[in-house]
Amino acid sequence: MSGVVGQRARRFPVKRRSQVAVEGPWLRALLIGVAAAFLGVALLLPLSVVFASAFSKGIGPFWAALTEPETWSAIQLTLLTAGISVPLNAVFGIAAAWLVSRYDFWGKSALITLIDLPFSVSPVIAGLIFVLLFGAQGLWGPWLSEHDIKIIFAVPGIVIATTFVTFPLVAREVLAVMQAQGSDEEEAALTLGASGWQIVTRITLPKVRWGLIYGVILSNARAMGEFGAVSVVSGHIRGQTNTMPLHVEILYNEYNFVGAFAVAALLASLSLVTLLVKKSVELNAELNARRMAKASSVARSSLVPSSSLAGAALSARPNESRA
Amino acid sequence: MSQLPLERRRRLRLRRRGVLPGFGLTLGYTLFYVGLLVLLPLFALVFKSSTQGLSAFVNAVTDERALLAYWLSFRTALAGAAINAVFGVVVAWVLVRYTFPGKSLLDALVDLPFALPTAVAGIALTAVYSENAWVGSKLMSMDVKVAFTQLGIVVALTFIGIPFVVRTVQPVLEELETDVEEAAALLGAGRVQTFWRVILPSLMPAILTGFALAFARALGEYGSVVFISGNMPMKTEIAPLLIVTKLEQYDYAGATAIATVMLTASFLLLFGINLLQRWARRAEA
Repeated sequence: MSGVVGQRARRFPVKRRSQVAVEGPWLRALLIGVAAAFLGVALLLPLSVVFASAFSKGIGPFWAALTEPETWSAIQLTLLTAGISVPLNAVFGIAAAWLVSRYDFWGKSALITLIDLPFSVSPVIAGLIFVLLFGAQGLWGPWLSEHDIKIIFAVPGIVIATTFVTFPLVAREVLAVMQAQGSDEEEAALTLGASGWQIVTRITLPKVRWGLIYGVILSNARAMGEFGAVSVVSGHIRGQTNTMPLHVEILYNEYNFVGAFAVAALLASLSLVTLLVKKSVELNAELNARRMAKASSVARSSLVPSSSLAGAALSARPNESRA
Repeated sequence: MSQLPLERRRRLRLRRRGVLPGFGLTLGYTLFYVGLLVLLPLFALVFKSSTQGLSAFVNAVTDERALLAYWLSFRTALAGAAINAVFGVVVAWVLVRYTFPGKSLLDALVDLPFALPTAVAGIALTAVYSENAWVGSKLMSMDVKVAFTQLGIVVALTFIGIPFVVRTVQPVLEELETDVEEAAALLGAGRVQTFWRVILPSLMPAILTGFALAFARALGEYGSVVFISGNMPMKTEIAPLLIVTKLEQYDYAGATAIATVMLTASFLLLFGINLLQRWARRAEA
């Protein structure tokens, strides 16, 4: 072994990826096999079961299950919920990302922690805190019922809980991109006399658009698929406060497996689209980075957003601003 | 270039707050939104749990069924996160270091648990591992029962946590310089030895962070677990499920008490994760 290593090492200069520190073909195949088997069993198997079960009795029952009036009303409610919460979180996400990436101020890291907080709260607890606020026994319950406003066990509660659960998603994606790109262009525009609004709409938003797109798509998938928080506040009234994931549960508990998996397949397709968008956003960012690196001889390392985009969904909390 | 006003020039030089406009607007809006959506409701939770009296609170929190639920949640979340720590490193390694057909599909697939609704994951896993399914019956013939047992909860929590370790280790592994590995190889270390002695120590902060994130997520998970666990009180009842059960019985005080315990645990974890990440950043630098 050491002889081979010595022989190889003598061939200087070594290429970028050296031949010295690599695994043998068997170990390599074994590791790839383990990784593929793990992801196959843990992810691919359940995913394929969803579609297989949905179409187990053919396309007819699948279609019949989806066009049932209660399913249809669940789909409508889900679309409505996402339609309200996603834009709200997108606007917030842009504002928060701008704030955190462009300025230094006292309490900034505390604010970042607060923005990330909904990620560490169990969805069930997220639902519960809104029950404690708006429910009949809640803090404002008496006042709300006096004025005949229904929030818990009604659509507003579902929208609020969904917004809470999904609200860091856009902010995180956009923040990661804004931090990676820096604010040189914006500052240049400022010295040339651009107004704040012009800077945001003509420079910043186009610059961060891929991060924003992925953030919105992910936030949408999570809003449509939220289960725990919505389950606590919805009251499960069929045809009225039943979202798609809740409808999946009801159908499943009634042993209507084809129906449950038909709705589940619809949701699973949505998540596959989300993954596809993520992949294309990453490819796009990589291409852009390569083009930029070619175009300018002065390559700025901070312009390569591949890892920041790839890991942004979950990885390291945003660092301190580099501005 | 025309003369900038003196005031603005001073701010340009200082760059304390940043020169770009919009600080007041975005700060105000962000604080308003965060306050309304996060701080106010959390305050309600703390307020509610503090008004119900200490003895009732202690009773609800230390009830035997509740204690068993915390312990089960803790154990299963730990097991799921540990499985992910091991396989997550293998997956990240393979995705960063090797090229093979289907690699980008595998890479995209890692994020599935993040995008797939938990209820869908729940019924899918139950369908895979129930006794009348193909995999479930095979396991049954080996006397391994997954669906409606604690093992099933671990399976669901493993599924939920997959992206965390992979996505925290991946970027660190990409940045890792290979010259130290080469030096180790030239000094006669085998690949396995190099991995244990050289590579693993520098990945450790990232692995621990991913592990903690997966653990934190698993601790609060509800949607994917309720279907596969069977929800038997004292046996397969996780803490979030106990909260829902209490709410369905209109026992708001009991639900709030258990939620307070769980929330405290998640905040401590969040604090720990923050420290871990600071450590990781220092290790990288």
